[in-house]
Amino acid sequence: MDFGPHLMLASLEGAVISAILVLTAMGLSIVFGVMRVVNVAHGEFFMLGAVFAWVVTTTLGGHPAIGFLAALITVPILVGCIAAGADRLILKRVNYDPDRTIVATIGILYIIQQTTLMTYGPEARPVEAPFNTRLSLPWFEFGENGFEIFWPWGLSITSYKLFVIVAAIVVLTTLWLVLTRTKIGLIMRATQQDSDTAQAFGIPVGKVYSWVFGLGAGLAALGAVLVVPIQQAHYLMGGDPLLLAFIVVIIGGLGSLPGTVIAALLIGMSDGIISVFFSPTLAKIIATFLVAMVLVFRPQGLLGKSVA
Amino acid sequence: MLEVNDIHASYGQVKVLFGASLSVQAGEILCLMGRNGAGKSTILKSIMGQLPVQQGSVTLDGENLNTIAPHLVPRKGVGYIPQGRRLFSELTVAQNIEVGLMTRNEGAETRAWVLDLFPRLQERLDQVAGTLSGGEQQMLATARALCLRPKVLLLDEPTEGLQPSMIALIRDVVVKMKSEGYAIVLVEQRIDAVLSIADRVTFIENGKDRETVAATELQNDTAKLNKYLGV
Repeated sequence: MDFGPHLMLASLEGAVISAILVLTAMGLSIVFGVMRVVNVAHGEFFMLGAVFAWVVTTTLGGHPAIGFLAALITVPILVGCIAAGADRLILKRVNYDPDRTIVATIGILYIIQQTTLMTYGPEARPVEAPFNTRLSLPWFEFGENGFEIFWPWGLSITSYKLFVIVAAIVVLTTLWLVLTRTKIGLIMRATQQDSDTAQAFGIPVGKVYSWVFGLGAGLAALGAVLVVPIQQAHYLMGGDPLLLAFIVVIIGGLGSLPGTVIAALLIGMSDGIISVFFSPTLAKIIATFLVAMVLVFRPQGLLGKSVA
Repeated sequence: MLEVNDIHASYGQVKVLFGASLSVQAGEILCLMGRNGAGKSTILKSIMGQLPVQQGSVTLDGENLNTIAPHLVPRKGVGYIPQGRRLFSELTVAQNIEVGLMTRNEGAETRAWVLDLFPRLQERLDQVAGTLSGGEQQMLATARALCLRPKVLLLDEPTEGLQPSMIALIRDVVVKMKSEGYAIVLVEQRIDAVLSIADRVTFIENGKDRETVAATELQNDTAKLNKYLGV
């Protein structure tokens, strides 16, 4: 394949990675932004999403689309409820103290991971995609006959991967509209900016925290449900998304949602392109190097505000 | 109307209030005075439930406020204007007001009433609160609290760092609220500001209320100001 089509293929792979990453990182970013909690267990909520997606699809059986649709709706809610429960049971009890919440979420990480190992087991299990048509993609060239469009061999994407990209865009747009245009968003942003004062205006801050923690975990779970037909469900799959989500959130600026989106695109696309042309390890090296550079030269992140 | 009875409260291990009491009636301005660190602001925070009351009680029209969840206190009709204004600084003026209105489900009528009191805010509805001038921020903090149509208004040093014209404006609004029958608790350092509008003054010292006197009494007799404030 020529360089052009090859680059296009790599970019599409990168876009799929970005789509999943942006959902996961957004969850982490919202939780940090509103609650000032660094949620180390975030990757495990992602893993739970994938595992539950497998459970739901295999339990339901029938056409893969039915199980997948059911998983897409129920799993994020279920994982969100588990997270909200963890917030009530654990984070609230340590008063959201920054140091203690890190230790507490590490605890949650191991509890979820090991419980999954004991019940679901160590196998990696696939979930069938609801639809998976291979779509050939055109490329163009200026040859002897002038402008020409042709279909190079191997340049294709599956309909499911396109769906993942579209789904991520839809979810992000919805999230943005909720945050900026609705009362729920107003309550969340007021709590984020000054939780004491929010409480002095009748906002039940404790409840808002539980909802936000649930929402953050739900977004990770949603990303996982989307990824599980591409990647299999496994009890250790939460590590990579956690690392990448942290990289994205640090580069974008902790708590800054536009920054998170931009950084997710940057990291996802570079991961996709570098993995295709060079090696996945190099992609990780570069992402981690970027974090180091951001921390040195712009500690607040690309769009973060410096803390006065 | 609002009764604070012998309350004790602490920040973590550090006890700040050792049995503070006060009471304020509808249509009255009660001023809390005392040196820095005496516990004036802490009393207001305790009323709002931001600090748990360990002993004693806070009641509004006979209803206990210190035993309910903190976010329910404002819903009972307590409007709070915290020290340093504490606006939601990245939200717009309109959104700050909206948060105030949501507290007790007030609607368009209250919004119009509040904006009528502060026409300056009407012009700046879409401006981000953090970019307002100090005086405008204080107006917004006051407007946000009035959005509750509260029974009691708690003001913590509302004139701090403001220019004289702004101080006069805030003062006029406070006096107007008094005439409309609000009970007002004012924490204020500036003696002239207090004496001109307060009905009664409660002196706070070392986390306790020492004495409550009529404001008129202080106008001719500076001995008490001397004793509790050192001025």
